[in-house]
Amino acid sequence: MATRPRLSWLPRIAGGVYPDPPLGYNPRGREIEPTERRQSTMSGLFLFEQGLNGLQFGLMLFLLAAGLTLVFGIMDMINLAHGSLYMLGAYLTASIAEASGSFLIAVPIALVATALIGMALELAVLRKLYARDHMSQVLATFAIILIANDAVRMIWGAQPVSLNTPAALSGPIDLFPGMSYSAYRLTIIVVGLIVAALLYLLVTRTRTGMLVRAGASNREMATAMGVNIKLLFTCVFGFGAALCALAGAMLGPILAVQVGMGEDILILAFVVIVIGGIGSIRGALVGALLVGVVDTMGRTFLPMILRAIFSPVVASNAGPALASILIYVLMAAVLFWRPQGLFPARG
Amino acid sequence: MPRILPWVALALAIAFPLVAEQFDLGFYVSFASRVMIYAIAATSLNLILGYGGMVSFGHAAFFGAGAYTVAIAMTYGLDSAWLAWPLAMLVAAAVALLIGALSLRTRGVYFIMITLAFAQMMFYVFIGLKAYGGEEGLNLPHRSVIGFGLNLKDDASFYYVVLALLVGTLVLLQRLVNARFGRVLQAIRENESRMETIGYATYRYKLCAFVIAGTVCGLAGALIANQTRYVNPNLMHWVISGDMMIMIILGGLAYRYGGLLGAIVMLVLDEAISPYTTYSKFVIGFVLLAVVLFAPRGLAALFDRKTATQPAKAVP
Repeated sequence: MATRPRLSWLPRIAGGVYPDPPLGYNPRGREIEPTERRQSTMSGLFLFEQGLNGLQFGLMLFLLAAGLTLVFGIMDMINLAHGSLYMLGAYLTASIAEASGSFLIAVPIALVATALIGMALELAVLRKLYARDHMSQVLATFAIILIANDAVRMIWGAQPVSLNTPAALSGPIDLFPGMSYSAYRLTIIVVGLIVAALLYLLVTRTRTGMLVRAGASNREMATAMGVNIKLLFTCVFGFGAALCALAGAMLGPILAVQVGMGEDILILAFVVIVIGGIGSIRGALVGALLVGVVDTMGRTFLPMILRAIFSPVVASNAGPALASILIYVLMAAVLFWRPQGLFPARG
Repeated sequence: MPRILPWVALALAIAFPLVAEQFDLGFYVSFASRVMIYAIAATSLNLILGYGGMVSFGHAAFFGAGAYTVAIAMTYGLDSAWLAWPLAMLVAAAVALLIGALSLRTRGVYFIMITLAFAQMMFYVFIGLKAYGGEEGLNLPHRSVIGFGLNLKDDASFYYVVLALLVGTLVLLQRLVNARFGRVLQAIRENESRMETIGYATYRYKLCAFVIAGTVCGLAGALIANQTRYVNPNLMHWVISGDMMIMIILGGLAYRYGGLLGAIVMLVLDEAISPYTTYSKFVIGFVLLAVVLFAPRGLAALFDRKTATQPAKAVP
């Protein structure tokens, strides 16, 4: 599903007309390798390949949702600007990769830079908002999105920036006879799994992780027991920003690096957190994988199923619309039976 | 605010198209209509956000639902304003009932994220609906037909219709928040558990307010479709929801004229900056950040300190 690149995603309300190119259809942005999924035929292998794609997307969603859910959990603070950090990470990676010629050098530098920017943002603005109501938090972080989007547009221009797959990983590799898969997507899966495992160990097995969990389950009590929540939170925020940047850097070569990329994925991350339960890393992982797999599978198979049952006309008219609401239906179902999410962190 | 001020403002608003025509400023009549349409939408949001304390981040869903209803009805030949506009409100009410029934089961941060997600779902649905233009949207061949010698094609006539509806909305809000229903709603905002304990079905009150707000916002959507004679999924984009919230925080939460003031400030600011820079959102972002951090009670608070109610707490 290749869609037109978005030049400027913000509709101008005062202009009354909406001259901007419409938003891309795919919430993940523009797929640059659309052919690879066409080549396979409908078979077990195809199902497996789509499952891998879902896993790959889900793991990247997890990187975003993990940072976000900790911020929500510890500080009871809603942060819309998380998507802007993801965008920043992707742009920084693209620029550094172009300047240095190496993707491998670019990623760590972009990670550290985004973490520092995130911590600066936390110290300068967000820290003032913890004691305020959710409404103020939403609006202040929304203001940061507006500022960040226009700032990126000023620095990098309105056109999407290209970030190429590292040459060593650009081809397909044979997983087993008869099944080849994009090496780069496989790398994303491996990196995602490693980070998820490390994060799990960090949160469940280390002293820092214990403090984070204590902060998430009862902030007042943790403070009373002598935990420096402010310092802890600045660190968690920087860490979350680095995870964002990693997701942005890894997804950058697959999706378009463009203004507004953060908002689309941010909303998916929200859905993940609602499904998983606020403040829970485990919930974020399960939710992210669910959303990634359901969304990818739905987009591929729902039009096919509709075509088989009804007609190609129905499938092309209703297929995309139905596929895009699947994850929201999933969210509504979870809300209906488990309003606190699958793995609530607070009792 | 002195009692006379709203009447002066109304008189000026009525005189405005006549004066504007004299000086060949027709564009500003159209611009003023747009401001008033956004004022209706923002006022409806103020009912649930300001008075109800429900931080709904998906108000654009109802705006878009109203707009699309008018546009789709017109493709089937239904162009009477008397039928299409109430239909738009009905559809918006149905959407609000559905979204509200689900999302009001939760509170706090959850509520914000869920309303946002459902509105964004509507956005993607309409992008996927190729039968109704997909991401290209729909063009309306003409504005709705209203009869009684009024022709909405004429910008001044349209202006007066919008003005009448805005006044109606403001009166409705005023009556509603001072009625028993509105008192209960504000009490729920202040302390929901207490209201529940003394026997109020708080969920029903909140849902009712949510549906009323959605319905009025659907009317605003129907008007914007007529104003621009064009609808597309961007009407439901969460940036529009955000803009409506910005208007209220600029104008004043839980103030009768908060939505109106905010719409005027926001759109005039945007219109004033945009000739000088393409980065008008950059400026608006900083203004918003400053207002949130330093003047959280909005502009209406500057006029009126006496009857000020507390800004919404974080309870949906």
